[in-house]
Parts: sequence; C-alpha cells; structure tokens
Amino acid sequence: MNIPMEHGILLAAILFSIGLTGLLVRRNVIFMLLSVEVMLNAAGLAFIVAGAARGQADGQVMFIFILAMAAAEVSVGLALIIKMFKIFNSVDIDKADTMNG
Amino acid sequence: MKELLWLVVAFPFAGSLILMLIGKRLSRMACAFVGVGSILLAAVFTFIVGVGFLHNNPSSVPFNQSLWQWINVYGLTPNIAFHLDTVSLTFVFVITFVGALIHFYSAQFMWKDEGFTRFFVFMNLFVGLMLLLVLTDNLLVLYFGWEGVTLCSFLLIGFWYKDSANGYAAQKAFIVTRVGDTSMLIGLFILFMTFHTLNIQDILTAAPSTWLVSSGPAVLTAFLLLGGAIGKSAQLPLQTWLPDAMLAPSPVSALLHAATMVTAGVYLIARTHVLFELAPLVQSVMAMIGAATLLVAGLSALNQHDIKKVLAYSTISQIGYMFLALGVGAWSAAIFHFMTHAFFKALLFLGAGAIITVLGEEHNMFKMGGLRKKLPIVFWTYLIASSSLAALPFVTAGFYSKDKIIWMSYASDKGSLWLWLAALLGALLTALYTFRMVFLTFFGNSKTEPTHRPGAFITMPLVVLAVLSFAAGFIELPATMGHFTLLSDFIEKTLPAANTLHFSYATELLFQLISIATVIIGIFVAYKYYYNKPFPAAEPERNKLQAFLYNGWDFDLLYDFLFVKPLVFLSRIDKNDFIDLFYKGIESLMGALHKVLSATQNGKVRRYAMSIAIGTIITLTILLFL
Amino acid sequence: MILVWLLILLMGTGLLAWLVAKWSATLSRLISLAGTVMYIVIVIFLLVEYKQNPVGQKWTVSFTHEWIPTFGIQLKLAADGLSLLMLLLTSFLGLLSVLISWKEIQKRVGFFHFNLMFELAGITGVFLCMDMFLFYFFWEVMLIPMFFLISIWGNENRIYAANKFFLFTQGSGLLMLLSILGIYFIHGHNTGIYTFDYELLLGTVMLPQTGFILMLGFAIAFFIKLSIVPFHSWLPDAHTQAPTAGSVILAGLLLKTGAYGFIRFVLPLFPEASHQFAPVAMTLGVISILYGAKLVFAQTDLKRLVAYISVSHMGYILLGIYAFNEMAMLGVVMQMIVHGISTGALFIIAGMLHERIQTRDIEQMGGFWSTVPRMGTMAVLFVMATLGLPGFGNFIAEALILMGTFLTNKTLASIAALGIVASTIYALHILQKVFYGKEFKPRSIADLNIREMVVMGSLALLILGLGLFPNVLLDVSTSSVVALIEKVNSLNF
Repeated sequence: MNIPMEHGILLAAILFSIGLTGLLVRRNVIFMLLSVEVMLNAAGLAFIVAGAARGQADGQVMFIFILAMAAAEVSVGLALIIKMFKIFNSVDIDKADTMNG
Repeated sequence: MKELLWLVVAFPFAGSLILMLIGKRLSRMACAFVGVGSILLAAVFTFIVGVGFLHNNPSSVPFNQSLWQWINVYGLTPNIAFHLDTVSLTFVFVITFVGALIHFYSAQFMWKDEGFTRFFVFMNLFVGLMLLLVLTDNLLVLYFGWEGVTLCSFLLIGFWYKDSANGYAAQKAFIVTRVGDTSMLIGLFILFMTFHTLNIQDILTAAPSTWLVSSGPAVLTAFLLLGGAIGKSAQLPLQTWLPDAMLAPSPVSALLHAATMVTAGVYLIARTHVLFELAPLVQSVMAMIGAATLLVAGLSALNQHDIKKVLAYSTISQIGYMFLALGVGAWSAAIFHFMTHAFFKALLFLGAGAIITVLGEEHNMFKMGGLRKKLPIVFWTYLIASSSLAALPFVTAGFYSKDKIIWMSYASDKGSLWLWLAALLGALLTALYTFRMVFLTFFGNSKTEPTHRPGAFITMPLVVLAVLSFAAGFIELPATMGHFTLLSDFIEKTLPAANTLHFSYATELLFQLISIATVIIGIFVAYKYYYNKPFPAAEPERNKLQAFLYNGWDFDLLYDFLFVKPLVFLSRIDKNDFIDLFYKGIESLMGALHKVLSATQNGKVRRYAMSIAIGTIITLTILLFL
Repeated sequence: MILVWLLILLMGTGLLAWLVAKWSATLSRLISLAGTVMYIVIVIFLLVEYKQNPVGQKWTVSFTHEWIPTFGIQLKLAADGLSLLMLLLTSFLGLLSVLISWKEIQKRVGFFHFNLMFELAGITGVFLCMDMFLFYFFWEVMLIPMFFLISIWGNENRIYAANKFFLFTQGSGLLMLLSILGIYFIHGHNTGIYTFDYELLLGTVMLPQTGFILMLGFAIAFFIKLSIVPFHSWLPDAHTQAPTAGSVILAGLLLKTGAYGFIRFVLPLFPEASHQFAPVAMTLGVISILYGAKLVFAQTDLKRLVAYISVSHMGYILLGIYAFNEMAMLGVVMQMIVHGISTGALFIIAGMLHERIQTRDIEQMGGFWSTVPRMGTMAVLFVMATLGLPGFGNFIAEALILMGTFLTNKTLASIAALGIVASTIYALHILQKVFYGKEFKPRSIADLNIREMVVMGSLALLILGLGLFPNVLLDVSTSSVVALIEKVNSLNF
C-alpha cells in the first residue's frame, strides 16, 4: 500500500489549519492549548510523511522531539492555566490582557 | 622732563583704582581729594612735560616712550607706548586742563550725591583712557582707549541708574557708537593685512608708497575709519545717541559729551590724515557730512526747550564744523576749533548745570528767565561762552576758530561755494539758537526762583574757562587781522598745512565781512524774537515741522523702524529657537511611533497568534513566489 | 607618571568625599576642596616646569602603559602647552565649583562631590590622552557624572534637560567612535599595525572621500559638544537646569573639549579634508555668532540667556580654528580660557541671584546695583568682558580671531565682526534688566560674602590680567599652535 506523499502533507496542512483556526477563534485557554497540540501533531505528521518519502529516519526522530516537547509544553501550559484561573477567576484568554502596552 | 609723560596717564588711572578699591572706607573729602587731585596732578605734569618737550626742540621732534608690550602675536606687536607730538600735546593739554577744572566743579556739584565715589572712579578712569587714546602710537591701543571711553560714557550716562530711562540712553550711546567702532575695527584689519603693523607712524610712512591715491583699498580703509569717527563724534547718520546722553550729570556732559570724548573722531582723522589724503573721495564725503550735520543739528537746536539739549545739538553742529574743516584739509583749523570749542562748550555745560541745580532740576528754558541779576557770575561767564559759540566778532575765541573754518571751506583746494554757504548758514543758526537760549534763560521775567547761589568750587572753573574762551582765540589770527599763526605753526609741525587756492586780500576780507554780518544778523534776529518776550512758562507749542526738528529730524523713529522693531519682532517670534523644533520634531516622531507600536502589544494572545500566522503566510508567500 | 597621579588624585578625592559624607557633609566639602587645591598646585608646578623647559621636545610630560595590547590600546597620556593650559582652566574652575556649591548643594553632598570629581577626572583625561580609544573612553566618562549632576541637583525641568544632554552627546560620541574605528582599520590595513596610538595614526594615508567622511564623524561630535548652530539645542536646556557648579563646568570646560578635539584631532588627522571643509565650518561659525546673539537677546531666563552667550562665543572659536593661521589659533586658545572665566562668572552671578531670590526671570529683577553693590560691580565687569571690551581677555581673543580670520577670509570676518555690535546689545540688556532701573519689588538680599568675593575677585583679576598681559598665556601655547598650523598648512597646495 502506497500513499502518495501529497496526501499526507495535505492532511497535515488541513490539521494545521484546523488547529490554527481553533487557536484564533477560541477564547477558552484550554481549547487553545488543545489547538496548539493539534498544530504540533500536524507538524509531526508532516515530518513523518516527509521522512517516509525520503526513506530516512530523520522525520521520526523529529517527531519524537516534538512529542517530548509537546509533553513539556502541556505540563507547563496547564500549570499556567491553573495559575491564571486563580488570578483571573476565569479561563477566558481575553481577560488576561494585563500585559498590554 | 618729558620722560615723566607716563605719569600724566598714570595719575588718573591710579586715582580711579584707589577710589575703586578703598573708596568705601574714605571720607567724602578724601575721595574728592583723590579724585580731583589725580587730574590736577596730571594737568601739572602735562605742563611740565609740555615745557620739557618744547624746550630746545624747535622742530618739535616727536617723543616716544614705551612701557610694556601689550600683545606679541605674529607681527601684531602693539606696545603700551606713548607718542608725543604737537597734535597729541594739544589734545592732552585740553583733556587734562579742562578735565581738572571739571573735576574741581564736580567735587561740589556731586557732593550730596550718594554715588560720589563712584562718580570719581568713572571720571578718573575716563580721563586716563582718553589720554591713552590720544597719546598712543598704535591703532590697537587707540582702539583700547576708544572703547574704554565708550564704557565710561555708558557708565556715566547711566550714572543715576535707578531711573531706567537713563539706562536706556546709556545703552543707546554704547550701541550706536559700537556700530561705528566695528567699522573702524574692520578698517584696522585691512591696515594690518596690508602693512603688517598697526603702529600709526609706520603706517603713515608706508601708506603713500603702498597705495595709489584713490585706489580701492585706500578708499575703503578711509571710509571704515571715517565710520568709527562718525559714531564717536556723533555725526550724521550716527548722531542720535548724543542728545539722549544729556541725561548724564552736567559735568559729564561737559567733559565727555562736549569737550573731549566726542572729539576723539576728529583726533582719529587728524592722526591718520595720510590715509584720508589718499582717499580724496572720502575726504569730500567727510566735508559733506560735516556740512550736513552742522545744518541738521543747528536746526534741531533751534527748536529745543531743554537747555542741555540745545547744547547737545550745538555740540553735534560744532563738531560738524570740525569735520568740515578736516574734509577740506584744514587740519589745524579743525584742531583750533576743537580747542576753543572745548573751552566754551565745557563752560556752557557747567553753567547750565549750575542753573539747573539752583532752579531745582529745571531743564526747560521757558521756565527760567531773568537769571541775569540773580546769578551774575554764571550770567557773565555764560554770556562770554555763548558769544564765543556764536562767534561774536573780534573779541571771542570762537570767532577766530570758526572764521578760519568758514574761510577754508571756500579757500581750500577741496572747498567749494556750497560748503561755504552751508558753513555760513550754520553760523547764522548758531548765533540764532545761542542767543535765543541766552535771552530765554537770563533775560525777561523770572519764572522760577533760584534756591541758592552756586558755590565757589562751581563758579571758579566757570571764570577760568571764560577767560580761556575769550583769550584762546588770539593765538591764531587771520591774515586780514594781523596774521598771527602761533597754533597753526605748532600743529603744522605734525600735520600738513592746508592747500589754499590763491585769493586776493580783498576777497578774504569780503568773505569775512559777510560771515561777520551773518553772525550779527543772527544775534539781532534772536534779540528781536526772544528778548523780553512774555513766553508762557511751559513747553512751547510746536507745529509739525517744529516737532520734526525738535525730535532731531525723527532719526530715532527711522532707526526704530529699521532696526529695533525687526530685532524685537524676531526675538519675540523666535524666542524658543526654531531649530529646537527640529529636535522636538524628532522627539514627537519617536513618541508617535512608540504609540503605534505599543498599541500592537495589547495583551490579547489570540491577536498575537493571528499576527504570527499572517506574518508566516506573508513570509512563505514571498519565499515561494518571488 | 604625574599625569596618572592627577587622575588618581581626582578619582580618589571623589570616592573619599562620597565615603565620609555619611558622617559629615562639611568634611566631604573640605576633602574636595583639598583635592582641587592639590590639583591646581600640581598643574601650576607643571606649567612652571614647562616654561623653564626649552621648546625642543614636543611633549613635556608623558606616560605610556599597555592596557589592552591585543587591540593596540594603550594607557597613553601626554601634555604640551595647550593641554597644560586647559588643565589650568580645569583645575581653576574645578576649585571654584567646589567653592560655589558650598551652600547651594545640601542634598546628597557626598555623591555630588563624587560626581564633580569624576567629571573633572574625565575632562582631565580628555585633555591628556594620546590614544584614540582612551579618548573615547574619557569622552564617555565626562558624560555620566554630568548626567547625574543635572538630573539630581538641577532645577525644575532637570530630567528633560539631562536626557537631552545625554542623548545629544551620546549620539555624537557614537559617530566619533565609528570614525575612530574607521581610521583604526584603515591604518591597520595599510601598515599591518593595528593601534589606537594617536601619534602613529597621525600619518594615516586614506582616500580623500574616506577621509572626509571620517572627518565628518569627528566634526559632528565636536560640533555638538561645541554647541554650534544647528547642533546647539541641548545646551540652553542643560545649562539652565544644571546646578551652578554644573553650569560652570559645562560652559567652562565641557564645551572646550569640543574645541580641543578640533585642534588636537580633526585638524592634524585630516588636514586635507579640513581644508575642504573650512568654508562650511566657518560659515557655521558665523551663523552661530549672530544667531546665538539674537537668541540671547530674546531670553528672559537669566541662566538661559547666559547659556546662549556660549553659543555665540563658540562661533568665534570655530571660525578661528578653520582660519588656519597662528594668529586666529592663538585667539582660539585665548577664547577657550577667557570664555570659561567670563561665562563662568556670569553663571555664578545668575546662580547667586537664584539662591537669593528664587527666580531666574529677569522680568522680575531690576535695580539690584543699589541693593547689592558688590555684585553689581562684578556684573558690570563681566558684562563688559563678555561684550569684548579692550582691557579684558575677551577682547584679545576676539580681536585675534577676527584679525586672523580676516587674513584668510575677508567676507566672513567682516560679517562676524557684526557680532561685536550684537554682543553689545545683549550684554547691556542684562545690565539694564537686572541691575539698572527701579527695584521690581522691595526685597532684602545679602551682598556677596567673603567666600563669594574670593570667587568673583579671582575671576575678575584673571580676566583683567589676561586682557593687559595676554602674552603670559599666549606664550605657553605658541609652540603647540605653531607646530599644528605648520602641519596643517604643509599639505597645502
């Protein structure tokens, strides 16, 4: 079974766009974090597809990197969300705009 | 004996310095002693030096004395040095003798003033600097004295500084003369560039072989020097400061603004006569300026009511005569008139000062009247001086000096009928305004009662000066009246004699008779209109023409419009410096940019994400498609 | 070595004064006084030695030590007649600054003297250093203490003024650094020796265009320091807002570092480019003289008024520097000294009045001559000095500059001579507004006390002495000036 690379890349692009759209339209910070995860996975998928197409292991290596990074990011991100909920009493990202110039 | 020359200059400076440093601790008497004594000593030493100079020195070889080198920079090596010849001796004599008499007078005149010490500090300083001016052998040192006396004039006009009008008059005098000074300074630059020295004698020797007659630089230099002389001697068009300078105490008006300082311009031109002979154009301009000034100022004098203002305009007018004489090359006539003028004009100012004081600071002649009986000494001395000013024939000094100028303005090779007519008209005006003043002040009804009689220290100098204004004329008699030429022989050892065209004896006599008749007519007209006439004791009413003349031909208005107003306007609109706007502009541009950029940092994470996304898309588009 | 000790002395005094201020403010003042007195004694000693020393060698005293050998940076100090004169001015004005701040500064006295001493050290360094990198270093050292002096002890608008001062001088310093690096690399490229040594860099050969651009970097930096129109706009703010000592040092010394920079660096390093640039620079000088004078006349704030006088007087300096002859250059040296004295004195008078009546607005002054006669006399003296009356040092300076300039450029010198009339107008304006006329309102203000009389009296003596015996000073700098002018004109066509 041979899936053409274009299909994989296209899927990755669609996933990335979904993630980006989610990031942009959702105000709930948890959903934003989820969207970021989707985008990360889209990027990971693109790596794997490209690696498979070239017959090299680099793509998979990168995906493992991304996995590790995503895990770290989620843990830090969730911790920040908890902190943010404590301060603003909400998970609405637009409420947390005290850093405006 | 002439080696003591430096003492003549040193005494006034020393007096000034002593009074400046310890004057506060001295009693009034001691201050007067130092202040008057220093000038008196200078006068005595002038006499000693003068005798030493003339003794066994028939051709009057100049005497040089050098004290120290002031500057030494690449060819510019002016020394503080003195050059005594017949011209400078005449000036030194007038400065110290008239100066001493005026100081004598001031000791009583200023006695009650709180600034008594300060007055003598300035006056002594003035005499010292004036002596430096006339004795130096170098133009840069001359410029030193020149500016120094301007400073003294400034300080003395503004002597009663609590009235800000005095301050403004002082300021005006300084600024207007400084315009002339700047022109003179540029003239000095040209001289230095051409001759690599500013030593007067060296320049006078080298100039004729360096410059052709009427060549460009010669004319330009003479013109620039003339500018300096005009400013100092209050000639057209820089004469406006002198009438305002009358706010100074009367002895100051006598010494600075009549006898000595204002004639520095005459001295400068006489001293550098070679340069002017190389520029006949400038010389004829000078004669015309003199002629115009004597008429303009004479007409103004006729319309004044303030006694000191009459004298001020009269001074301008008489210096106009001196300029006329210089312009036609009659050097010794100019110096003769300078000398007699110093005597009678100093006396007139001192007399006016005495009158003003005893009448309780009354300046208006129309409020005086009838002082003939009440102040006899002042009256008689004043009358002598006035006759001398009006050139009353045969008996007064002023007659001989002015007659010589009037004759020379026609007879000299540079003279003309027009200059002679101007001088003649001037003589008529002089006689008219002088006797108008005398009749208004001393005759008629008494309108203000004198509070006291002037003291002995005040009347004594008046008497001495009256003798001089009467007798000083006889040292020089015209060819038609005995042909006695003591002064012109003396002066012409230093300055060239005038080139006269040849005229017959009868012509000269005829011209003299005409000028004598003019003076008599002038006095008669004054008698007709002003003797014993019941004028109201107020400022006279003036029609437009009279007001125009009264305001000194509205030169002040003109300069106000041309220079003062634009300067004040510029200062007002540009107080904060428009160049700063450029830097302020940069500042506000940065501020605006800051606003724009800080608006993007609004703390909304989704906006940031959006910007990142858009930025990425744009970058990718550029990378892929371009 | 003695030159290094000068710097160490100043910095040490500053540190010590800061440390002891915890216990006693007076002790801190006394230590600064002692430090500056020692400084002036050393400088006078050096000058006397210089006068006895025959002119043969170029630098009287010098000191060289490696600093960062990798980049060819040395700790190299040297002094000739010109630098010694500038040091004399520095030490004298430094001493006066300590004296006039005795009463005026009551807040954070120790830190004030620390800054004052470091400022003086920076200025001393600028006048002595013979290494371009070191020059840049001291140039920046001058900047920071002055920033603090203005921003901590200044008047009402001090932060704005301090920032403006900092930005202008810092920006100009960066331009200069670029030029220094440019000449460093060109010299290194040409000869293979990468060094910042001034004397080695002197003969650097470069393309005319490159030379002109590098020269411009230096020139703009020095224009800003010298406050030449149109780069002058930091000066009135800084001078007005600084405490009196700060104003004196700004006007008396900091401006002079710009002039010194032109004489020491721009002309010898870029003689050809300087010749090309001369007409522009001289025109800027004349514009400064006249436009500065016009601005003086418009001011109502006494300190701001005096500040603009500096702009006008610095125009003469620029004019004289670019006249390229000994006479004008000696006039420039004279002007640097006498401007420090006369403008310094006017600032001190403004400061004393401000201390007494809490205002600098001349519309609210008047009639002070009768109230404070000693101050009035001093004011008349220094106003006359400012307007260039003969007998005062300023006349010698202006006359030499104008006469020297006249030999090379008649038109500009004649226009510049109009500055004489302009200076009369503004200088008398000060007298008229502040000391003449009626009192604005009855106030009882104290006349000068002994400390203030010592300060003003010594200034007055100096300016009169220089006016009557100018050669005492001119002779010291003659050999440096002659060498410089010969060098600049030797390339000349």
